[in-house]
Amino acid sequence: MTKEHEQVDEGRRSFLGTAAGVAAVSVAPGVILHTVTAAPRSEAVTDAVRWGMLIDTAKCADGCTACVTACERENGLDLQVKPEGEAAKKWDMQRSVWIRKVKLEDNLTRRVTNLPMLCQHCEHPPCVDVCPTGASFKRADGIVMVDRHTCIGCRYCMMACPYKARSFIHQAVAEKLTRAPRGKGCVESCNLCVHRRDNGEASTACVDACASAGHHAMVFGDLKDPQSAVSKALAGAASRQIRADLDLNTGVRYSGI
Amino acid sequence: MANAVVRGLLAVAGLAWALGALAGPARETFVAPQSKAAGLTSCVEPTDFMRRNHMELIKHERHIVVHQGIRDSKYSLAGCVECHVAYGPDKKPVSVHAEGQFCSRCHEYAAVDVNCFGCHSTVPNAAQGNAALSGDYGPDMAQIQGKGAGVGGDTP
Amino acid sequence: MKRIVYREWRIQPERYWSLLGILGAIAAVAGLAALYMEHEGHWVTGMTNQVVWGTPHVFAVFLIVAASGALNVASIGTVFSRTAYKSLGRLSGLLAIALLIGGLLVLVLDLGRPERLIVAATTYNFKSIFAWNIYLYTGFIVIVAAYLWTMAERKADAYYKPVGYLAFVWRLLLTMGTGSIFGFLVARQAYDTAILPPMFIIMSFAYGLAIFILVLMFAYEQDQRPLGDVLLFKLKNLLGVFVAAILFMTLIYHLTKLYGAKNLDVEAFILVHGGVYTALFWVGWVLVGGLLPLGIVYHPVLGKDRNWIAAASAMVILGGMAAMYVIIIGGQAYPLQMFPGQTLLESGFFDGVNGQPAWYRPSIPEVLLGLGGVAVALIITAVGVRVLQFLPESLADPIVDPHLAAKG
Repeated sequence: MTKEHEQVDEGRRSFLGTAAGVAAVSVAPGVILHTVTAAPRSEAVTDAVRWGMLIDTAKCADGCTACVTACERENGLDLQVKPEGEAAKKWDMQRSVWIRKVKLEDNLTRRVTNLPMLCQHCEHPPCVDVCPTGASFKRADGIVMVDRHTCIGCRYCMMACPYKARSFIHQAVAEKLTRAPRGKGCVESCNLCVHRRDNGEASTACVDACASAGHHAMVFGDLKDPQSAVSKALAGAASRQIRADLDLNTGVRYSGI
Repeated sequence: MANAVVRGLLAVAGLAWALGALAGPARETFVAPQSKAAGLTSCVEPTDFMRRNHMELIKHERHIVVHQGIRDSKYSLAGCVECHVAYGPDKKPVSVHAEGQFCSRCHEYAAVDVNCFGCHSTVPNAAQGNAALSGDYGPDMAQIQGKGAGVGGDTP
Repeated sequence: MKRIVYREWRIQPERYWSLLGILGAIAAVAGLAALYMEHEGHWVTGMTNQVVWGTPHVFAVFLIVAASGALNVASIGTVFSRTAYKSLGRLSGLLAIALLIGGLLVLVLDLGRPERLIVAATTYNFKSIFAWNIYLYTGFIVIVAAYLWTMAERKADAYYKPVGYLAFVWRLLLTMGTGSIFGFLVARQAYDTAILPPMFIIMSFAYGLAIFILVLMFAYEQDQRPLGDVLLFKLKNLLGVFVAAILFMTLIYHLTKLYGAKNLDVEAFILVHGGVYTALFWVGWVLVGGLLPLGIVYHPVLGKDRNWIAAASAMVILGGMAAMYVIIIGGQAYPLQMFPGQTLLESGFFDGVNGQPAWYRPSIPEVLLGLGGVAVALIITAVGVRVLQFLPESLADPIVDPHLAAKG
């Protein structure tokens, strides 16, 4: 209030500036180290990380299919073409779907819930147990996927999956993406955008799309890192597994249902 | 007498044939003239090695990519496609597996079915113009060539 | 005991070759159907991402289950030392191998990538019952071949019982393995039950025996060899016992699932409002496959008539196919219960909106492939009995039961 206080204290200012500089310099290496390097992986994956997701169904918007569209574009599913001569309705039942929107209504309360359903990346996957050749496998970092070089197309994993997450490719694939090879006669499902994982990108196509659409219902990250966004989100809100009674310890969890 | 003459002629002919083969003129190359590979001295490994062992490299590569997530290897299949794909007069890539193209020219002769391209793309996707949300993750050619000639020295 | 003389099947060449021709044509058409399915892809079938196993699997599982049951006749002769059945052992073993090969052929040709069979034969995940089944099935063929050798080769008499016991145990393991394909699946309400493996064993007894009876009657009638009532009625009564056992197992299966609230919906689906699946269950599985044959077998008049016995056997087979259809396809058509207490209003992947079951209709290529498996099995049997000395010259009463001859 007095003129004395209005005068700038140069000494204090320079001290604060130096302190800020020192703090920034000491913190900077840590910041740089935590930035994900967008480079192809050169070491084998380990179980030091486990990829997972939390889906907040309260934020999942009715009628929105951003995650589905993004997944289709990312993995070449939008390049699927109905075979000539096939009925459209039958084709709908045979085309591959890796993630889908589901709308539920509680029988008693009539409360409506929207959520995306995809491969749950279980810790004890039934699909991996039943595959005769071991093509359906769980990678060290928790991603459950199909090795299409070994898959014989028997579809037993599709019988076994409690979430009906897998699709069988019913016809020859004309257009393929370099980043997501797929072809006739094998089984496939969501692989948490494994090509993105292996090339150092931070998250999956569906999660990014949900964020871009403004809903932020899906959070992706490393379940084994307590500081990751997904771990913090899981710690923050009550969540559960779908079909928790099967005790599969899924990597995808849902809150609000 | 006549017998000896005939045998002698056959021996000479046989020797000439063998020497001619040993002398080994420049072997027929199957590399498509309009592909990137045409401008390079050798593949990621010497040509002879590649001709005999590319299937082993591919088999190993597919295991380490799928099961271990290792993507920076110079033996990437996408790398093969990127380098060996030919470009038509319209500058558009021609499927590397099409009749008369790089893979088929040997494989048709050898009658070995190439199963890869039932699933894998036969052209580098960047050229396909697929409006992607993320990158194509095609191989880094500079990095691949920078990794050197490989086993046992170069062969022209 | 009178020495049994075995002779090749001696029907006229024209009739034999016509039979092979017809069966061969069916098998050839099936081969074309399989080629078509493999070339185009499975979009040409009725199978979808909801019902992933269809008519080929119904045929294949039925044939494999029946194969194990067809060996039962030989096992009764060896393991249970019933003299009357001993002479039927060779035909039993041949039929078992033939049915198994037919079933496996259908299964393998329906794979999404049949050219990768070599991968299936060399790369194993032994937590999968499928992987075990590959060994159980191929091992079965080898063991039964050895079993046949011990029957036919006099010097191998010492091995007859040991190999017979091994075949019996192996057979039970095989059928349990087939039932476990479904029994081990926690995902689906119709499966996930320990009763499926033993139920499949009981079913195998009935289906295998029914096929055996029909093949035996046909072969003997065509070649005008005597098939006495003593043996035929033994087989018929045994069939009755097995059919009753199937009905018993079916009852336990449904009663158990009906008890708790969790499975009431799936039971209502199968038993009441499942449309084609309900019809196939009650009319096919229970009535035609169970109650009617039971009635015929134990009927004082019909049970002694050969035509009715053949009809009863045919009914058991039809009922068995219906049962496989209900289990395999009905089990998939019923939607997965991911959200108990909730109704699905919309889904992007046919998750059973408003409780709707998944769509499935058998397509022509699938049915042809299945029939091809049956044809191949019959071809192997026909060629086998023609070329090898597997059929007893006579199965008349005095030969089957010497005490009768003594009585005169």
